[in-house]
Amino acid sequence: MSKRTIADLAGSQPSLLYPPYLSTRFRAPSRPLIRLPETLSELNAPVYGWWPVGDADRDLTRQHEGEPQGERIIVAGRLLDEDARPIAGALIELWQANAAGRYRHVKDDHPAPLDPNFTGAGRAITDADGRYEFTTIKPGAYPWRNHDNAWRPAHIHFSVFGSSFRTRLVTQMYFPGDPLFAHDPIMQSIPDERARQRLVARFDLSLTRAEWALGYAFDIVVRGRDATPFEERR
Amino acid sequence: MSDARTEAGPLVATPSQTVGPFFHVALTPETAVGTLQPAMDGDRLHLVVRVSDGEGEPVSDAMVEIWQAAAQNSGPSTVRGDTPCSFGRLPTGEDGACTFETVRPGRTPDGRGGWQAAHINVCLFARGLLRQLHTRLYFAGDPALEGDAVLALVSEPRRQTLVATRDAARPDRWVFHVRLQGRDETVFFDV
Repeated sequence: MSKRTIADLAGSQPSLLYPPYLSTRFRAPSRPLIRLPETLSELNAPVYGWWPVGDADRDLTRQHEGEPQGERIIVAGRLLDEDARPIAGALIELWQANAAGRYRHVKDDHPAPLDPNFTGAGRAITDADGRYEFTTIKPGAYPWRNHDNAWRPAHIHFSVFGSSFRTRLVTQMYFPGDPLFAHDPIMQSIPDERARQRLVARFDLSLTRAEWALGYAFDIVVRGRDATPFEERR
Repeated sequence: MSDARTEAGPLVATPSQTVGPFFHVALTPETAVGTLQPAMDGDRLHLVVRVSDGEGEPVSDAMVEIWQAAAQNSGPSTVRGDTPCSFGRLPTGEDGACTFETVRPGRTPDGRGGWQAAHINVCLFARGLLRQLHTRLYFAGDPALEGDAVLALVSEPRRQTLVATRDAARPDRWVFHVRLQGRDETVFFDV
C-alpha cells in the first residue's frame, strides 16, 4: 500500500470560510485553529455507550400508517477508518427532505407538499463488518436563498460518531449525475474533485431489490488513529 | 466512486458538509439528551451555552454537543443503566442559547504526569459551518486554570474565551459564550 501524503489530503475537506456559501461569511472563525496534541485530547474515548435504536428506525418508509410518496430506495454501505478497518457498533443518523423537496421542519417554507407518511429521520447501528442499511425514498431537490435561483442537489444528511469524538463526522450524500452539483456552493466548498466524488453514492445493482427498490452504495470513511490534523487537509 | 473498497492504498476521510438548518427532526427530536445529571453524581449545574456570529447576532440554528468526565471520585463516566451519561446534545433556541443539566466534571490526567483543570469538551454544528468546531469550557475562579496544559497553548489574552462564568444571581448556573467570529472570537481546536 502506498503511504498517504499531505498532498493526497489537500483539498479533501472544505475550508471553514467559503464566501460563495454566504452563511460562512459571518460564522466561520477567522483565527487559525489551535492544534491539540493527541496526548491532551480526551476525544479518543467512545462517545456514547447505548442509544435506543430499533429496526423500524432504519426503514423510513414504515414509520407511519401509509407509505410515503416517491421513489423507494435502499442506501447501504460500510463505515471504515482511513486504514480501511470497519467500525462496528457505531451510530449512524440520517435526515432528508421528502420526495417533493420539503423537510418536516417549521422553518422550511418551500411551497411543496408535506407527506403525512414521511418524517425523514432514521438511525442505525453498524454491524460487526461496519455495515449499515437504510430503506427510504429519494429526496427531491429544493430551492434556497443563497443566491439567485439557488437549488440544493438532492441529498441525504448523515451524522456519524465513528469510534470517538475525533472521528465525528456530519456530511451529505448526493446522487449520481445530478446536474446541480456544479451550481451548489456547499458541495463545491470541497476543493478537490476526487473528494467531492466521495460524497456521490454509487448505483449498485446488487443492492437493488427486484420489483421493489433501487440500491445505492455509500461508504463512509472517518479519520484514522494517527490521522493528519484537519488544517492540513484543506 | 464512493465505494471505498475500489480505491488504492490508504483511504481518505469522507469530506464534511454543513449540518444545515433542518437537523432537528433527526438529531434533536427531544431534549432529554441535554440532561446528563440523573445518571451522574456530583455538583449539579445548569450550563448555558450561547452562540453568536461575527455580527454579534444569536445563532438560533446551531447544535451543541458536550462530552465530559464524571465528577471527582464518582467512578468511570461510562454507561450507567440505560443512559449515556457523559454526552449531551441540544439545539440552540431563538436567543442562540441552550441549557444543559449536568455536573461539574472532575480533573483528568494530562498525559504528562499532571492534571488538567476541570473542563467540558464542546462541539458545535450549524448552518454556515462546513466542518464542526471543537472548543473547551473551563470554570472561572478555578485555581487549576493556572497549570492547565491546554490553556498553556493559548495566548494569554484569548484564554478567557474558554472560561465559563458563574451567574451571580444563581450560583448553580454557568454561562459559556461562544463567539464564532470577530473580536473576542472563541478559541477553537484542531483535535
